[in-house]
Amino acid sequence: MTAPHEEEAPVRGMWRQGFEVFCENRLALVGVALFVLLAAFSFLGPLFYQTDQVHTDLTKVFLTPGTDGHPLGTDGVGYDQLGRLMLGGQTSIVVGLAAGLLATVVGTIWGAIAGFAGSWVDAVMMRVVDAMMSIPALFLFMLMASIVTPTVPMLIVIIGAFAWLGPARLVRGEALTLRTREYVMAMRGMGGTGGRAVRRHIIPNAIGTVIVNATFQVADAILYVAYLSFLGLGVPPPAANWGGMLSDGLSDTFSGHWWLLYPPGIAIILIVLAFNFIGDGLRDVFEVRLRRR
Amino acid sequence: MTRYLLTRLGQALVIVILVTLITFVILHLLPGGAARAILGKEATLEQIAAFNHEMGYDRPLWQQYAMYLQRLVQGDLGYSFQLNQSVAEAIWQRLPKTMLLSLASTFLAVVVAVPLGVVQAVRRNRWPDYTINGLSLLAYATPIFFMGLMMIILFSQVWPVLPPEAPQGFTLAEVLADPAGLVLPTLTLTILTVAVYSRYVRSSMVDNLNENYVRTARSKGLSEGRVIVGHTLRNGLFPVITLLGMYLPALFSGALVVERLFNYPGMGLLFWQAALKRDYPILLGVTLLISVATVLGALVADVLYAAVDPRVRLKAGRS
Repeated sequence: MTAPHEEEAPVRGMWRQGFEVFCENRLALVGVALFVLLAAFSFLGPLFYQTDQVHTDLTKVFLTPGTDGHPLGTDGVGYDQLGRLMLGGQTSIVVGLAAGLLATVVGTIWGAIAGFAGSWVDAVMMRVVDAMMSIPALFLFMLMASIVTPTVPMLIVIIGAFAWLGPARLVRGEALTLRTREYVMAMRGMGGTGGRAVRRHIIPNAIGTVIVNATFQVADAILYVAYLSFLGLGVPPPAANWGGMLSDGLSDTFSGHWWLLYPPGIAIILIVLAFNFIGDGLRDVFEVRLRRR
Repeated sequence: MTRYLLTRLGQALVIVILVTLITFVILHLLPGGAARAILGKEATLEQIAAFNHEMGYDRPLWQQYAMYLQRLVQGDLGYSFQLNQSVAEAIWQRLPKTMLLSLASTFLAVVVAVPLGVVQAVRRNRWPDYTINGLSLLAYATPIFFMGLMMIILFSQVWPVLPPEAPQGFTLAEVLADPAGLVLPTLTLTILTVAVYSRYVRSSMVDNLNENYVRTARSKGLSEGRVIVGHTLRNGLFPVITLLGMYLPALFSGALVVERLFNYPGMGLLFWQAALKRDYPILLGVTLLISVATVLGALVADVLYAAVDPRVRLKAGRS
């Protein structure tokens, strides 16, 4: 977007004001801190704490935390649990972010086209969304996962292929109402182009809702990966993700191997909470109407 | 009202047809087709060709889709690759059990979530609101199978009062004969549902408490209790009807995970077992049925909503 220079000043003001509102929400800051910590743990951790997450070691299975240089013990095939949490975190975070981004981009384009085009194009496009939304997510995921072998890119595509429906509905709704606002009509009446309406009015107005929704999409994608792993359709080892580790840990619960269950469980809860907190903070920023409640 | 009803019914019909199209397309995404899935990797090309001819898979796609639709209309969902029974029969045996689980937890969730949401709205931005909000976010962030496991640890191991496994009866009556086994699966699904509903009730109540009619009611000198229960609650609860319809897909997804965790012999477990064995007729049959149930649920919710709130049907009638 190449906006003329003098138009940029108020935009920057808006972002600074938004940043201040975001910082007033303490939970949102907690969310950001949690995310940074978990991401640093997963991506930077392996630089300082190196473990072999490819070769199994059957002489060192189910070691209790603290023994033999394994701070969180080892799992049923001898992987170091702390190192595995780092590896699993990488997958969970990458799949969550990528699927959330994919869903948001596809959904925004789909919803914007439907909203602007209106009439029968809108009707057809939205009925497709309705139809896909009526198929419960997990059933659709399992259908697709039983057809293709799940790999990390495949998981992103499978989850993204379903999750775009929410943003599509949101953006379409926004586009429909924004199109008929007085200020947009006035601008059009003065000879402004449709493209200008989209760039200067509709996208800046809809972007807030889209960003807030994208944050929740990431949280949901991380949960979906966990559910798919639990249902036996996750990425096979030696790859790992927190959801898969948690569902593997389920079978160890009653053998007393608590370190295989609670750490990945808590990690998932924390990252999902983090994205929900951030999303709530962003909502404060973008949805001005709700601010003083 | 009639016009609204007809529009909405037409939409629902279009959606159902699109759903059949989607499931049909997915079936044809299978690498090597269904033949490989049934006959296995060792099957020769001749065997596969013979199978495809027998099943009509070598005909043009539109003909196959027409046949698929024709069979569907007659109630023929196909025959399971693995179980020695038709898909319709397999589903029919398990459907009542899934309905029981879903309905019971939805009912409980509404009963719990409405008071919680109302308390949150009335005491908003104070400690009851923060506490309930925190707990429901926590419940939302917990994978449902992890929550279910916590329940099993708490109520079957630490304080052994309930069985960790769901009733294993074949019929609905056999399942109902073991109510203790139903408690944990139902509660697990209920907690997740409450987390979603209470947030919704809260925001709907907050919106309504800011309306002019509430100020009018207060300035008339009505007690706060009458204002909330008699005036705001009525309006604030209407959107919950829509939520009941909207939440159905998530409820069915949740039921799938709960049934797997507690080994509850419903449709979710049937679907899960079919997914592992690549029993595609069952997979598609269950997906289709669940989707149609979702469409019907949303339809009923919308019509009910229009019946109680005239603004909705007026708006829809105009557009």
